[in-house]
Amino acid sequence: MLKYVLKRILLAIPVLLGVSIIVFLIMRVFSADPAPVVLGQHATAEAMEAWRDANGLNDPIVMQYVNFITGALHGDLGESYYTHAAVTDELLSRFPATVELALVAIVIAAVVGVALGVVSATHKNSPIDGLATILALVGVSMPIFWLGVLLIILFAGVLHVLPSSGRIDPLLAPVGGTGLYLLDTLLSGDFEAFADAASHIVLPALALSMYSMAVITRMTRSSMLETLNEDYVRTARAKGLKKRRVDIHHALRNAMLPVTTVIGLQLGSLLGGAMLTETVFAWPGIGKYVVDCILKSDFPVVQGAVLLIAVIFVVINLVVDVIYAYLDPRISYGKEEG
Amino acid sequence: MADATAQAVEKDGAAEKTESLWKDVWYSLSKNVPAMVSLAIIVLLALVAIVTFVAPQILPYDPYQQDLSASFQGPSAEHWFGTDQQGRDIFCRILIGSQISLTVGLLSVAISLVIGVTLGAIAGYKGGVVDTIIMRVMDMMLAIPSILLAIAFMAALGRGIDKAIIAIGFVSIPEYARIVRSQVLAVKQSDYVAAARVIGDSDATIIFRHVLPNVMPSIIVRATLGISSAILDAAALGFLGLGVQPPAAEWGDMLGRGRNYIFAAPHAMIFPGLAITVTVLAFNLLGDGIRDAFDPKSRNR
Repeated sequence: MLKYVLKRILLAIPVLLGVSIIVFLIMRVFSADPAPVVLGQHATAEAMEAWRDANGLNDPIVMQYVNFITGALHGDLGESYYTHAAVTDELLSRFPATVELALVAIVIAAVVGVALGVVSATHKNSPIDGLATILALVGVSMPIFWLGVLLIILFAGVLHVLPSSGRIDPLLAPVGGTGLYLLDTLLSGDFEAFADAASHIVLPALALSMYSMAVITRMTRSSMLETLNEDYVRTARAKGLKKRRVDIHHALRNAMLPVTTVIGLQLGSLLGGAMLTETVFAWPGIGKYVVDCILKSDFPVVQGAVLLIAVIFVVINLVVDVIYAYLDPRISYGKEEG
Repeated sequence: MADATAQAVEKDGAAEKTESLWKDVWYSLSKNVPAMVSLAIIVLLALVAIVTFVAPQILPYDPYQQDLSASFQGPSAEHWFGTDQQGRDIFCRILIGSQISLTVGLLSVAISLVIGVTLGAIAGYKGGVVDTIIMRVMDMMLAIPSILLAIAFMAALGRGIDKAIIAIGFVSIPEYARIVRSQVLAVKQSDYVAAARVIGDSDATIIFRHVLPNVMPSIIVRATLGISSAILDAAALGFLGLGVQPPAAEWGDMLGRGRNYIFAAPHAMIFPGLAITVTVLAFNLLGDGIRDAFDPKSRNR
């Protein structure tokens, strides 16, 4: 097992290096010259040349990459073209907001998705099954940002029960701590702030969770249906166990294996997909920050953020693989299939 | 002699089998109500896109003509979906917007399909170092969430629908490469490919004649579903302000521009989003239908 984990970690290293090369190629080689955007169209040619020199954009491309990757390995992702703030600091200060949103969203998606998937599998062709199928279809077909807009119109515009944007009332924001407001306010016993933070996160988390919820529902349903057809489930029923008990104790446990993988993978893409949700709800996380910086051609920020999210994505996939191997004894750790 | 007859019979049988497979698939698909409704919606959308392109004058309002005195009117008999911030008729803009969404969907899938299938076929067929290099690069691309990769591309290339097509097409290449490679690996072991090699067929002939036809079903299903995700991605780029240049009408862009007036003019965001959802849903349902139709197990059910 340990050997398998080590092997997977070693295999992830070239992937991460490759990711850094892809990100670098896109941002530095394929991209248009950022100088006119950053300095304004009326800047003189000399000023732009000096600016490019100062930001290392005139160095040979290989050297630029080496500088970028050595910096990144030391936790230095360069500085913003505009504010000259360190990209690493800017990203880290916004990171907890994105993580909190993604975590709440994945919890909603997993709980509702698994429950709906199980019920629709055990009650195949019932109205609930039909409802789950429709929800799963609409969930993957609806643009996340449109769902966000609809939620805002309904809950903030028509019903006036939930805030439409932001993360917390600034006066109530906790200082220090983990940066996860729900956790911080709860730990300090400030329930007013907790309620405020919770009311702010409901809509964006719901919007963000929809797609994953649909995927998890589908996966749970089909995995559960497959397991319910297995011999051992029939045996358990034949020996007189109650249907409900068999469904939950025998079938669900095994059906959850592939579902666990999907939940893990969805968490990874939620972190990346938070960009749209954060933009709709003015949620002060990495996603909204990156979008703002893209529109300003602030390449070091975009480059750093894409790299950071990609690294997290790879690490989550790695962890999911390892958990899966741990849970499923049928997987051999030695040989990998082509 | 007996052998030759047997061979001839087998050959006929094979030809009949291919033909009847497509017939069976169509038959099964035509029994699938949601898939057929979706197909009808897609055909209708395509007609709208073509007609508004060839004869834009049949639209009751000019979708690009500003009239600030008429801005943000709610839905009415005159303006079915209301007007936007510049007084333009939203219904007409949605109709003409079908051109961009369908074009992006089809062209970006074409890009990822051609490049992905080629790379996957080469990797699977050649094996060895070539395979390793191609598939490792694909893995690296898959290691970045696709919408993030597309956004990074757009950030670098600058806004524009042509660039959106390239960005969206590029990020889906690995999916096709993976499907084709695994199928090629399976088909490569089969007797008829060995036979083709024995009679001296070239690599290209073997790939195009014997390998790719076997991969077609998975590719068709993937491509249909790929169009829906391409349309979603394009709308997302448009929403973020990375899509079309004004005054072009694109559904995601229309949604994004309505954002500052969300409470004053919700209709300016509701209808373009509905157009995206219906279109994407139609391609998803059609893709699911085609997949079921190709699957003999579900066909007999």
